[in-house]
Amino acid sequence: MNYSFDFSFLRDYWPMLAEGLVLTVQLALMATVLGFLLGTACAVASTSRSRILRGLVGLYVEIIRNTPLLVQLFVVFFGLSSLGLKFSATTSAVIGLTINIGAYSSEIIRAGIESIHRGQVEAGDCLALSRWQVLAAIVLPTAIEKVYPALASQYVLLMLGTSIASQISAEELTAAASRIQSDTFRPFEVFLVVAALYIALSFLMRGMFWALGQFAFTRRRRLGTPL
Amino acid sequence: MSPIVSFRDVHKSFGAVPVLKGVSFEIPKGQVVALIGRSGSGKSTALRCIDRLETIDRGSITVCGHAVSDPNINLRKLRQDVGIVFQSYNLFPHLTVEQNITLAPRWVKKADRRKAHELARDVLAQVGLLEKIDAYPEQLSGGQQQRVAIARSLAMHPQVMLFDEVTSALDPELTGEVLKVIEELAKQGMTMLLVTHEMAFAARIADRIIFMHQGLIHESGSREILRSPSTPELKNFVGAGL
Ligand SMILES: Nc1ncnc2c1ncn2[C@@H]1O[C@H](COP(=O)(O)OP(=O)(O)O)[C@@H](O)[C@H]1O
Ligand SMILES: [Mg+2]
Repeated sequence: MNYSFDFSFLRDYWPMLAEGLVLTVQLALMATVLGFLLGTACAVASTSRSRILRGLVGLYVEIIRNTPLLVQLFVVFFGLSSLGLKFSATTSAVIGLTINIGAYSSEIIRAGIESIHRGQVEAGDCLALSRWQVLAAIVLPTAIEKVYPALASQYVLLMLGTSIASQISAEELTAAASRIQSDTFRPFEVFLVVAALYIALSFLMRGMFWALGQFAFTRRRRLGTPL
Repeated sequence: MSPIVSFRDVHKSFGAVPVLKGVSFEIPKGQVVALIGRSGSGKSTALRCIDRLETIDRGSITVCGHAVSDPNINLRKLRQDVGIVFQSYNLFPHLTVEQNITLAPRWVKKADRRKAHELARDVLAQVGLLEKIDAYPEQLSGGQQQRVAIARSLAMHPQVMLFDEVTSALDPELTGEVLKVIEELAKQGMTMLLVTHEMAFAARIADRIIFMHQGLIHESGSREILRSPSTPELKNFVGAGL
């Protein structure tokens, strides 16, 4: 084996990689924020008294957890266009990724809500707080704090999962890499560089989640307890 | 003047198990009533019915003019008039002592930040924990947490305070500080219902003792009934308790 590495393609193609990287970050960021909101709403619905709401959320979560992300993206992408709705590949990718991560977020946050002692809710009720106030001030903050590390890991996985959006021709990092390697015939080098970029992004995201946790969970910061 | 709390022939079952079998009593304004009895006799259930944490099957309950047994009751109005403290303190772990206390005044009574802060200082001074205003619950001892829980209830300026075995989870050396706070409240004329196993304490501060047995009020009267019970059940209970 004597393979000689050639990274010279970087000189000409780095703007394309950079564009792909930016889109990857955008996809991950939007799907994380929207998926968190969707997941929170679904987790609340799945712990509500309404059997219909609980059933609907259960159905949604089961469908998402038992189908491949790629298939979900295809269904959204081709489904929307056959309904006559014209969305760009990027928008379809955001919608598909949000629906996907929303289901996983919902399950994680629901576990957090269910771990909260009933006495906490009762204490809120006895202080004359409304049901929504109990949810907003007591249940959700403590539940999300408990499951924060699990959520953060899930969102890092989601960021890696955005590479599948290349299959519906969203020009993110992996799609850019595919085009570069078909131009340059240096697939090994191209994907090594792309792998390094994904690793860097993962570490960056973990760092950001750590900082966000320090900011959001004042008690942990003040008492120095790890999340 | 109408009583703060009144029970009329209250019945309550959990499934097929009757827990309250026709309980009637009243708590006039400013009185301290101690509810005693064996474990399982229905004391906690009776107390929880006052704040409509449990609904009753038959009879009626009136609290501060609210018809508690009315299905259309405004629960949030009722609960602003009733303070309640449980055995497990149930402080909110992610909030500081001050935030625990000011949450309801700010969100329910729309107190502004400064007024809420003053309020927190007032009630903390009352339970002797002003220096812990910025602490988190996990930094406090059980006795201190329970005193904060009492302060949190007091911050809503309730008409009546309910205590359900608030010292039962505490080490013996920590019960004193909590009982002292309750005794202080009694002196200030707070209307209170006290479920307790501390017989000596009940005898000292209660205006009236109610002894529950198998879902019924078996004997009641002044603190004298603890010294000279007239039913064998209370005699038995007091004998075992002291
Ligand atoms: N939520 C509930 N569901 C079913 N049974 C209950 C519930 N709460 C209390 N009980 C039963 O009701 C009886 C009275 O309980 P409780 O009022 O807690 O008594 P006490 O406070 O005097 O110990 C007990 O037998 C208890 O097991
Ligand atoms: Mg009890």
